[in-house]
Amino acid sequence: MKRALHPGLVATLVILVLLPFTFPNSYFFDVAIRVGLSAIAAIGLNLLMGFAGQVSIGHAGFLGIGAYASAILTSSYGWPPLAAMLGAAVLVALLAFLIAKPMLKLKGHALTIATLGFGIIVLIVLTNEGRWTGGPDGMSVGPLAVAGWQLGNEKQWYVLVALLLLVAIRLSLNLYDSPAGRALRALHGAEVAAKVAGIDTAAYKVRAFVISAVFASVAGSLTAHYSGFITPGLAGFLRSIELATMVVVGGMASTFGAVIGAALLTVLPQLLGGLESYEMVAFGLILMLTMIFLPRGLVPTLRERLRRAGK
Amino acid sequence: MLEIRNLTRTFGGVTAVQEVSFRIRAGTIHSVIGPNGAGKTTLFNLITGLYQPSSGQILLEGESIGGHPPDELARRGMSRTFQNLQICMNMSALENVMVGAHMRQNQGLLAGMARLGKLVRAERACAAECVELMNFVGVGRYVDADASQLPYGALKRLEIARALAAKPKLLLLDEPAAGLNHTETQEIDVLIKKVAAAGVTVVLVEHDMKLVMNISDHILVLNYGKKLAEGTAQEVRANPEVIAAYLGGAAAH
Ligand SMILES: Nc1ncnc2c1ncn2[C@@H]1O[C@H](COP(=O)(O)OP(=O)(O)O)[C@@H](O)[C@H]1O
Ligand SMILES: [Mg+2]
Repeated sequence: MKRALHPGLVATLVILVLLPFTFPNSYFFDVAIRVGLSAIAAIGLNLLMGFAGQVSIGHAGFLGIGAYASAILTSSYGWPPLAAMLGAAVLVALLAFLIAKPMLKLKGHALTIATLGFGIIVLIVLTNEGRWTGGPDGMSVGPLAVAGWQLGNEKQWYVLVALLLLVAIRLSLNLYDSPAGRALRALHGAEVAAKVAGIDTAAYKVRAFVISAVFASVAGSLTAHYSGFITPGLAGFLRSIELATMVVVGGMASTFGAVIGAALLTVLPQLLGGLESYEMVAFGLILMLTMIFLPRGLVPTLRERLRRAGK
Repeated sequence: MLEIRNLTRTFGGVTAVQEVSFRIRAGTIHSVIGPNGAGKTTLFNLITGLYQPSSGQILLEGESIGGHPPDELARRGMSRTFQNLQICMNMSALENVMVGAHMRQNQGLLAGMARLGKLVRAERACAAECVELMNFVGVGRYVDADASQLPYGALKRLEIARALAAKPKLLLLDEPAAGLNHTETQEIDVLIKKVAAAGVTVVLVEHDMKLVMNISDHILVLNYGKKLAEGTAQEVRANPEVIAAYLGGAAAH
């Protein structure tokens, strides 16, 4: 019920403010920005997977659509980046809404396979529609500019992403402790109980799907402008798995879990260095070890241990 | 309040409920008894919209509601508990009760994310109300606990609190005393009477005959999906068919 002063949010703010002072060079800023962008997408996916218990392994598809819609709207149609980002989000929301209805009728594995199929379709379209997307070679994207002011260096990007990350965390924490958030968690925990409590579970699944897709879209748009160059790989299967792994490793339904999951899965491959082709193996291993040793994910398990120790 | 006409539900070859008809008058406690497999839970699932009737009608305050979705029926004032507990183990005990109050709250996802002052105040009021309900059913000391930490008997009551949080007109309780000890059963007895006294119409499925005979205004006896008898406690107790099929067996235990 606490409002402004959520301890986790304050801790995140402090970390985000202090972190840059420990960065020796711009490479560290780059990694931090990528963590932040992934974390925003993971926080969104957590609303669907962690809150509502509907597993998606195609969410990079929405990330990719957001990125490419931003790129195409700004370069081919001359939209200002913010308008393009908004347009991309609206487009993704509509698309997610249209596919959610038939898709979410599916249960368990069938739903997961359907999201996988969606991701593959997006990847194929982005790869084949070379006229718009530059095909497998990718396309370049202009910088993010707001009212003539342009985000140039990593430090400015760091500030922007840090602020947006704090907003995303706040929105997610708010939702968790609201009637809608409880409805999502209830349909995850005991769907019939939710139904007889008057919760339209099908409608809530659709809404969670749409909202999580919009988070991915915004993260995708930002990634496009930040990178300056995008390829269809952004929407690839590996990226989808990575996002889902961030949610599971961090802890289902835990907002900070999604952030920590994003940090781990972005930083670890950097530490492991030249393991590029084994990245998939590393993710698989992380996922497996989490499932075995921390089945509820990092944050919920640690919170439980702390609470027991405190007693 | 509720009228059932020739209600039938089959599962493959099994007819779980067969041509059952009865009426439930507002403000009464109506019990449904019968041996295991008699079709009591199926009847509840039909009334609350979890199952579609194979044939027959269900009328709530004169309107046909057979096969309507459960969330719509909840909005029409129906609420229930489950024989096999349906608790959200991923949530706290209090949150489980607050789920019951869902219909009376701002349900928007965007409203939840914005969490403006109005919603925060409504949330506080709702939480306070649900804490009171937890006290009312006797699980007040678990207000800060996760649902997964509660013992079985407390979970049974937590379900009742959640059902009450919806402020139902019609409350269906499926074996609320099953698995409870003697004292706990007596407490449930008092609890149901209190709920009924507050004006809620109660439909009760229960095996504990003392409890049923003590609190029911009206009793329906099912056997193999069919209505065997119906009436007040005295009438049902005196019915030779009931004695043969059910009470006799139960008394022998
Ligand atoms: N979902 C279902 N699928 C198949 N058979 C069912 C289902 N639900 C109930 N039944 C059958 O219907 C009959 C009545 O069951 P039930 O309503 O649970 O009885 P009671 O609650 O009186 O013990 C049983 O034979 C049971 O196996
Ligand atoms: Mg039963």
